[in-house]
Amino acid sequence: MQNEVLLQMRHIEKRFPGVLALNGVDFTLRKGEIHALMGENGAGKSTLIKVLTGVYQMDGGQITVEGESISIHSPQDAQNNGISTVYQEITLCPNLTVAENMFIGREDGAWIKHKTYEKRADEILNELGIPARSTQQLGDCSLAVQQMVAIARAVDMKCKVLILDEPTSSLDDKEVNMLFKLMRDLKAQGVGIIFVTHFLEQVYEVSDRITVLRNGELVGEYLTEDLPQVELVAKMIGKDLDELNNLGETEEKEVKQQEVFYEASGLSSSDAMPFDFSIRKGEVNGFTGLLGSGRSESVRAIFGADKVTGGNVRIKGKPVKITRPIDAMKNGIGYLAEDRKRDGIIAELSVRENIILALQVMNGLFKPISRSEQEAFADEYIKVLNIKTASRETPVGSLSGGNQQKVILARWLLTHPDYLILDEPTRGIDVGTKLEIQKLVLKLAEDGVSVTFISSEVEEMLRTCSRLIVMRDRHIVGELKGADLNQTQVMKTIAGGETKDGEN
Amino acid sequence: MAKTKKKFLSGGLGQLTIPVIAIVLLVIFNLIRDPSFFSVGISHNNDGNIVLAGNLISIINGASELAILAMGMTLVTAACGGQDISVGAAAAIAGSVFVKVLKSSPQISGGKVLLAFICACIVAMIFGSFNGTLVAIFNIQPMIATLILYTCGRSIAYWINGGATPTVSSPVINAIGSFIPGIPVPTPVLIVIAMAIVFKLLFKFTSLELFTQSVGINGSAARLNGINSTFIKLLSFIILGVCVAVAGSIGVSRLGLINHETLLLDVEMDTILAVAIGGNNLGGGKFKIGGSIIGAYVIQTLTITLYAMKVSSTDVKAYKAIVIILLVVIGSPVVKQKFGKFMSKFLENRSGKAVKGAA
Repeated sequence: MQNEVLLQMRHIEKRFPGVLALNGVDFTLRKGEIHALMGENGAGKSTLIKVLTGVYQMDGGQITVEGESISIHSPQDAQNNGISTVYQEITLCPNLTVAENMFIGREDGAWIKHKTYEKRADEILNELGIPARSTQQLGDCSLAVQQMVAIARAVDMKCKVLILDEPTSSLDDKEVNMLFKLMRDLKAQGVGIIFVTHFLEQVYEVSDRITVLRNGELVGEYLTEDLPQVELVAKMIGKDLDELNNLGETEEKEVKQQEVFYEASGLSSSDAMPFDFSIRKGEVNGFTGLLGSGRSESVRAIFGADKVTGGNVRIKGKPVKITRPIDAMKNGIGYLAEDRKRDGIIAELSVRENIILALQVMNGLFKPISRSEQEAFADEYIKVLNIKTASRETPVGSLSGGNQQKVILARWLLTHPDYLILDEPTRGIDVGTKLEIQKLVLKLAEDGVSVTFISSEVEEMLRTCSRLIVMRDRHIVGELKGADLNQTQVMKTIAGGETKDGEN
Repeated sequence: MAKTKKKFLSGGLGQLTIPVIAIVLLVIFNLIRDPSFFSVGISHNNDGNIVLAGNLISIINGASELAILAMGMTLVTAACGGQDISVGAAAAIAGSVFVKVLKSSPQISGGKVLLAFICACIVAMIFGSFNGTLVAIFNIQPMIATLILYTCGRSIAYWINGGATPTVSSPVINAIGSFIPGIPVPTPVLIVIAMAIVFKLLFKFTSLELFTQSVGINGSAARLNGINSTFIKLLSFIILGVCVAVAGSIGVSRLGLINHETLLLDVEMDTILAVAIGGNNLGGGKFKIGGSIIGAYVIQTLTITLYAMKVSSTDVKAYKAIVIILLVVIGSPVVKQKFGKFMSKFLENRSGKAVKGAA
């Protein structure tokens, strides 16, 4: 392995109104290494990346590539210096074709050569084993494929430095492995890869080196093999692991035979196949399955988020009709959507407005919550959920991902739901906030709220749920509880094989 | 104090800064050109009432229809991320209905004017919901959807009028179009104030503002939070319909006749411009009605200033365009950001290194 320094960032500073987002951070990337950039929410990972890619202008510091000092004022500058990025949230254009997305912004000459691009794109897609055609509209591809197209685009730009910001958060295991293979290939070619992720296992699987940030400051740079996972977590959250362990041990979540709160039979929507489901008061259950297995579609059907096409629903034994989100809300159901940016936040509105939104909708158009009440609610939840924001009037779009998620959580908690559906509430969120959210879920259940918790991290679901519903190919294929609630059994059920007897 | 000043200057310019500066500059320009330009005189009109007169009054008065339309247009823009280009044509229809009802019998009483206005309102709201349906339910781009009524609206008005330009003369109509006896302020100005208050109350006593902004910023999230975005969009067009009826009725009352060819001709573009000058995002989302109202007065001040400078009416449009380009560029996010950065650096230098006198 070469040890030649490829990219060096020194004393990087970045200020936002009221926040010092990066405070003298150093970062070094060597040729042919995969370097994991780790840190909690708001630790400054995304900011550092955005400085490097020219999205933000740094307020101080120095960047050198292969020993030469460079200045980056725009994403174009970064590209010209061989720095390519795939962002956490997909930043491609869904209404263009795959080929157009791969070549947009880097046409040579004034004309767009569709045929050439499509041919070239197909070659790359084949090479990387991405299941997409160059002429397909990107928006028609699954989220995972879109992500991979973004990576293909970056790869094709002959980059020296490839930045992958949470590239795996929407990929399933198989796709992750494909990506890792690709990363290792690129590494062998001498590309330096900066890998930002919240999946610790993945860090240990592929990365050579780890740099940890906390609160906008550098904690340190370590060789992956020298840093045990437990220590990494400790460095990231900057506190003892007792808390982590404690949560892990809250086992034996026996659900007393409480009354059934929600019950559906043959419920189906435009996107979900008919299924039966019920949840008791104070129960935490989960839907699991691979990407595209129908877990999100099913919970969306419960909330009426997609067009409901059939089925009977009973709440506390009484038949109800839920065809629109507002029906679900009036029946005490809250739903935190999977895609925070698209379905969750109203980016330009303030934290306050985002928090009171759902409650206001339930109150209706003609019963506005007074300004002082709104402020009281906002302040209360900013405190309870420990939302890091400059003020309650800050536009929610300027908060970090985890804090945006907390704002949406606050929005639903404020409606005091009887049943809360959380679809990937911890996706793209740091360890600390993840724990906070898990604790909150358990506490809600204690208070008698039913919770459906979906996460792509099985570990997390095992820790919180007392019952897991396993889906495959848009059908429920199993239900696990008690002794069966372990990683092996979940994997087996997801993969197929013995489903019902569960004695293995 | 210093902190608020800093926030004002560096923390991104407020939405209203540009339109307010524009109007202040126009006023200063006029005062230099002609110190007596804005002097308000007292005179007697034809009916022997004591009334206010002067350029200032004619600017404020003349902008009334524009200001009222701009209020409604702001709401449509915010909810739908597009504009209604049929407001002029729709106003011609509303005005025609207004006159038609007034002329249904020879006597014109106050009650009858009210009835005529309500009829005009209903018709304008129906046309508004036609536009709104195309936009909210069929998801047609607002400008394309309203192009239909823009094209055929004045023809519909022609049919209502039977091809003529009927006149109405009555003290009540006169009072609406110019002055109410005993009140020196032009009635259209009072109507603008009333409409502004109505909007203010609407936002105070309903959640329309929050819902409209949510729908405009992120329709998908708004829907998942239970907001009926179809209804909100439709509602914005219906409210604009009311504004259209009010503007059309004022226009008719000013002249005492309905000319479907010329009533509020080309007003749609000025209306959209007023919304833009007011700092509202034409792509929808956050909005300030106050900005659009100021925007309307900026446009009218500009027009009157140019006329006062003896610019011929054909040239006025070209001069207007120049000023408007300036305003829109200055108000653009790029310039705002650059200016914000410059100001924060400037203030930092002054406060931080004041000793060195760097600034």
